[in-house]
Amino acid sequence: MPRPGSAWAAALLLLALSLGPGSCSEITFELPDNAKQCFYEDITQGTKCTLEFQVITGGHYDVDCRLEDPDGVVLYKEMKKQYDSFTFTAIRNGTYKFCFSNEFSTFTHKTVYFDFQVGEDPPLFPSENRVSALTQMESACVSIHEALKSVIDYQTHFRLREAQGRSRAEDLNTRVAYWSVGEAIILLVVSIGQVFLLKSFFSDKRTTTTRVGS
Amino acid sequence: MWRRALLLLLWLAFASVQGLYFHIGETEKRCFIEEIPDETMVIGNYRTQLWDKQTETFLPSTPGLGMHVEVKDPEGKVVLSRQYGSEGRFTFTSHTPGDHQICLHSNSTRMTIFAGGKLRVHLDIQVGEHTNNYPEIAAKDKLTELQLRARQLLDQVEQIQKEQNYQRYREERFRMTSESTNQRVLWWSIAQTVILILTGIWQMRHLKSFFEAKKLV
Repeated sequence: MPRPGSAWAAALLLLALSLGPGSCSEITFELPDNAKQCFYEDITQGTKCTLEFQVITGGHYDVDCRLEDPDGVVLYKEMKKQYDSFTFTAIRNGTYKFCFSNEFSTFTHKTVYFDFQVGEDPPLFPSENRVSALTQMESACVSIHEALKSVIDYQTHFRLREAQGRSRAEDLNTRVAYWSVGEAIILLVVSIGQVFLLKSFFSDKRTTTTRVGS
Repeated sequence: MWRRALLLLLWLAFASVQGLYFHIGETEKRCFIEEIPDETMVIGNYRTQLWDKQTETFLPSTPGLGMHVEVKDPEGKVVLSRQYGSEGRFTFTSHTPGDHQICLHSNSTRMTIFAGGKLRVHLDIQVGEHTNNYPEIAAKDKLTELQLRARQLLDQVEQIQKEQNYQRYREERFRMTSESTNQRVLWWSIAQTVILILTGIWQMRHLKSFFEAKKLV
């Protein structure tokens, strides 16, 4: 027969688990052509979540994205998007699924970055109960921490945009090299070919005139 | 019964640690890229669950199943290549800035284990200042609350500084690529114009001598 005290402790633990600390997953992965990759996360009701994604390299730098809730209801669906950010609050408990699809592309594989933030970041002192008010120093520290977090966030976005720009520039560089060499060769082949073709026309006409003459 | 419930709750607590998961096939290799500055620590935690055909659920743990983790640095050199169990934690520190590739694949050779064909992998990758475990640091160095907060801010600022340095290095690479493209376009335009003019002159002279020989001109 369980004691009522331990039953309360268990209930509190369960409550703590359900309102547990949030998580932030930042992942960059490669999506091959004609492929679809899905990620899942178990989310509790009432948690505010944000999904942000960006295509870094490949083709036209676009991807299809789809976010579904546990019932299969599509919360977010966009085709051929380069970058987007979507915030939602989980209406029910369960496994949420989001997929990135490159099925429209035949030969370019893409590198996709996504950042899935569930709930708030875990506090620095999880064991203590933060009922007492923070001192001025502590609240200054907290606001500096939040400001630095947004600095890091902006830095990440900047890094991704720069990676995208650099990828395009390197593509352009190799393309210019190949096309220049190719065009020079085609130019030479065509001009020499023209001359010999023209010569061959006149050679045939000469034999015909000789026959007519005699 | 009571103890079992408590164990279940404890297991739930552990299970909810790693949030994001995905499915992987038997011979499939999944790679993730982390673009990081140098001297940055990366910690990855993973946990695998195998699909059980009989109960149509994912088993909580899979003894005997291992995952092979391989990490390559931006130059393609292998930094870490190790086999871990069905649950594992891998750590590495970058020595060159750039794209590091983390690849995971299962080491399963026994077909029977993968009868269902699906393996669920929970993955959590933490980079830079997120790798610090602050309660542990506080206990080890005996820091007060304010000192711990200051330490956290210092770590964040250090990470920002490293990223800015890396940004400078990347911008230089970008600028070099753009200047190389500029040079190439310039020289190849000049070269192509010269080739065009020379072939034009050659064509006219060759044809003129040909027609003169044929007594048509």
